[in-house]
Amino acid sequence: MPFYLEIIISVSLLTGGVFLLVGSYGLVRLPDIYMRLHSPTKASTLGITGVLIASMFFQSHLKGFLSIQELLITLFLFITAPVAANMIAKTALHHSNKPAEKTQNQALMDTIRDRESPPSNSIK
Amino acid sequence: MMLLPMPFHSLLLFIVWLLLNNSVSPGHIVLASFFAITIPWLVTGMRDDHPKILRPWLAIRYVLMVMKDIITANVEVALLIIGPAKKLKPGFVAIPLDVTTDLGITILASTVSLTPGTVSAEVSKDKAWLFVHALHLENEAELIESVKQRYERPIKEIFGC
Repeated sequence: MPFYLEIIISVSLLTGGVFLLVGSYGLVRLPDIYMRLHSPTKASTLGITGVLIASMFFQSHLKGFLSIQELLITLFLFITAPVAANMIAKTALHHSNKPAEKTQNQALMDTIRDRESPPSNSIK
Repeated sequence: MMLLPMPFHSLLLFIVWLLLNNSVSPGHIVLASFFAITIPWLVTGMRDDHPKILRPWLAIRYVLMVMKDIITANVEVALLIIGPAKKLKPGFVAIPLDVTTDLGITILASTVSLTPGTVSAEVSKDKAWLFVHALHLENEAELIESVKQRYERPIKEIFGC
């Protein structure tokens, strides 16, 4: 395997790994479920993309033809991650999970759960 | 048109099948063509009406812009996570919607979840409001404005609604 290819693969693996690590760290660290949702939907998408890019280069070199199968995984991830986050947020709202105390606009939570329009005095 | 009731979906099925098998051998091309023709033909009776993409080039530009934003959003969120947790100011925001179609709202909600420091949580019953949770909410009006300008306007133009 040529040296430049090794560099590309290691760099994308490392970048992906760092983002995945930060994403998982966010799950442990952030105080409430609504904030925790942010780390898997964002930090992990780029992390997995990095790992998949590394796999694309490696497999293309190994098999001798361009392997773009991995793009499919990224595509499916981009379609499913927001939907999963949305369902988790909905469920948390229905269970009346307490947000962190400093959360702004907490009064909106009941409106959101009932899917009503927000009361007009809360809109700027 | 009878042969291919959903030409775009047929093309997508064809490409995805070849990608899944990671091969362009004649056998797989025949099989992919078979699926690309039969599956749309079988399901065309049970699909909902979706608005047509009126401006495909703008759609491609939108996808590229969102990809760029995903990368910046990733870095931003990663920095927020590592940074001091006390400084974070989370909050719920209601964004008034101008797009009316289900597909438009779905795309907007997914984009909002993937891009800036926000996750979409719910859509109001009358489909006039999108509720999002922001990880770090500094200026509510600014966030609403940026979502509307940056993402909602191109979606409206793409689908012409």
